[in-house]
Amino acid sequence: MQLTGAQMICESLIHENVDLMFGLPGGAILPFYQTLPEYPQLRHILVRHEQNAGHAADAYARVSGKVGVAVATSGPGATNLVTPLATAMMDSVPMVAITGQVPRAAIGRDAFQETDTTGITVPVTKHNYLVMHVNDIPNVMKEAFHVARSGRPGPVLIDVPRDVLTDEGIFHYPETVNLRSFKISTNVNAQMIKRAARLIKDAERPLLLVGHGASISGAFTEVKLVAEKAQIPVISTLLGIGALHSDHPLNMGMPGMHGPAYNNWAIERADLVIGVGMRFDDRVTGRISTFAPNAKVIHIDIDPAEIGKNVRVTVPLLGDAKIIMDALASEIEAKSNSLWLDEIETLKAEHPLSINSDYLSPQYVIKALSDITSGDAIVVTGVGQHQMWAAQHYAFNQPNSWITSGGLGTMGFEVPGAMGAALAKPDRQVWSIAGDGGFQMTMSELATIVENNISVKFAILNNNNLGLVRQLQDLFYGGLRVASSYSGNPNFVKLAEAYGIWAKKIENQSEVIPALREAMSFEGPAILDFHVNAEENVYPHVPAGESVLEMIDLSSVKGEQ
Amino acid sequence: MMDLSGNTQRHTISALVADKPGVLARVAGLFSRRGFNISNLSVGRSESEGLSRMTFVVEGDEWVVEQVTKQLYKLIDVIRVSDLSEDSIIVRELAFIKVKSDSSNSAEIIKIAESYRANIVDIDKDSLIIEVTGDDGKVDLLLNSLKPFGVRETMRTGRIAMTRGAATTGLKKTSNMVDHSAPDADVVP
Repeated sequence: MQLTGAQMICESLIHENVDLMFGLPGGAILPFYQTLPEYPQLRHILVRHEQNAGHAADAYARVSGKVGVAVATSGPGATNLVTPLATAMMDSVPMVAITGQVPRAAIGRDAFQETDTTGITVPVTKHNYLVMHVNDIPNVMKEAFHVARSGRPGPVLIDVPRDVLTDEGIFHYPETVNLRSFKISTNVNAQMIKRAARLIKDAERPLLLVGHGASISGAFTEVKLVAEKAQIPVISTLLGIGALHSDHPLNMGMPGMHGPAYNNWAIERADLVIGVGMRFDDRVTGRISTFAPNAKVIHIDIDPAEIGKNVRVTVPLLGDAKIIMDALASEIEAKSNSLWLDEIETLKAEHPLSINSDYLSPQYVIKALSDITSGDAIVVTGVGQHQMWAAQHYAFNQPNSWITSGGLGTMGFEVPGAMGAALAKPDRQVWSIAGDGGFQMTMSELATIVENNISVKFAILNNNNLGLVRQLQDLFYGGLRVASSYSGNPNFVKLAEAYGIWAKKIENQSEVIPALREAMSFEGPAILDFHVNAEENVYPHVPAGESVLEMIDLSSVKGEQ
Repeated sequence: MMDLSGNTQRHTISALVADKPGVLARVAGLFSRRGFNISNLSVGRSESEGLSRMTFVVEGDEWVVEQVTKQLYKLIDVIRVSDLSEDSIIVRELAFIKVKSDSSNSAEIIKIAESYRANIVDIDKDSLIIEVTGDDGKVDLLLNSLKPFGVRETMRTGRIAMTRGAATTGLKKTSNMVDHSAPDADVVP
């Protein structure tokens, strides 16, 4: 079949079961856009900024489990994708970005809107390609999707010069990928499974530490099986939240910097830590030399480079979390660990995660939202205080529903991310818990949301501050507040009006629940502007680089005052 | 929990990589962004078509070498990585050394060169070019001996290394190669 490069990309996207992409055209990518009308099955969402195309594709991938696709032109279009690519890279999200490039003859001559896109994106992609011949397109597309979704998923970028898009060649889509490297084993090392089962049998105070890898591999049933059979409490990293239902008796929530204190105490006491698809990141461990000092470690991960990177591992289990946890569930013996579970209950009672609910506190809003939605919503957040409060207080009852930028910590993710999530699951309710800072970074997508009638509800926890920055300044910089407050925030209700979006401002605690109900009573977007107490801090707070036991909590702060 | 203060040593690592544009940049970028200290790098074609072999020397403890190896394997263009243990390899480097010389001292310089089995490859009225092959230590020694005469210019290829005996760092897996961190040794073709 004789096709242009642009047609080949479209045909390839269809072969890869892509039905939706996000993008913004420009000169170098235009031949691709001009071909789109020939392929009505490829839906394209026109965004207002390429960064948002990337974040939307990322959230779409996290919710749907498919590969997210973002499209941009050369130069600034491509550089605007750098932040979302880095976001997806850090959180292992499968994405394919397609960028236009200046024509081949112009490459290297500082042509208009030329940038070394593949050079710039090497550190923030799993792999990238500059396609210099039209006949390479089918293989590159096949390989790119394979690389993006296989093993530890991640973003892949394909840079295509404009004249390659218009060149013609024979299209034949390959059936298989033939990479000489990069082969992922699906074998389970039976001997290692036996050794892990033995450690679990001998452990008196075991803990499961479940991360994003468990969700990516869909190991929900398997995590539950292992936890229940051997009665192991389950702590979830920020991105592992939701892998086990929040109301499960063994569910403990988040560890580390802003996790409930009892989780850090439990890790301190544990004699066995089983990491499942997580990477012992510094926000989890605190100062690494003091992390889980009494524990042996079983580490399950699909990425060999993660094993032994941050902690010394007693039993490494390399591979897909679902497959390995399934094997482990069969191998382990049932046990009760009742002493340990009692101890955990005591720790929980001694170090409760309390919230102020007698005024309009941000925690109260999240708690109310969690109750009203019965923990069934897809929740997308930005980064900062509101993100941590959402992680602490929203009780998730469905997997793949907690969508947040964990590793990179990308503010502004809450607007385009919510858009991508809603398009992935139009039948689910999607709430964006936003900060007033992050919301203003990407709120240009409100127009895209209106244009496509995407049903996203925004709960802005508006404190007219970069809240977590303010908190750091108060706790660690002697209260010197520099460049952390906004005195000129817009009237978000009027702003919403300008876009034709229903909105409401909430200033009293009693208005919270009625407002949430009202926003949920209709299809389509809504914005709730909660004017929350600006002096609220996220507790506990482990100072960066300290042992997690050095956490500051509300009671210790009150004690000092 | 983790003691990262291991013994720092020089490790020679050999990597078989796809012979494509940009591969060197990917490898070099990986080293710099992960903070690995590479003291030596050389690249050349391998025995297999479409594949190059890179040899580099990493300064660090076991943890660093393991991370270098594992992170290299995450690059799609990297096919095979081998950590060559120092006692079972042959190491060579080629160097050109341009030395100031005149009729008064050229004989002495030539004599020094001969004692290192180095060749004189160019003679001019006030300079000589010496070509020397050997391990990095030998090249350093010769350079030191020539310094008093005045070294105008030095060109060194960087270290290349090969395992003794029948074992190779090529596509076929061989038994005595240290390859503990391959994603899965069984699937390497």
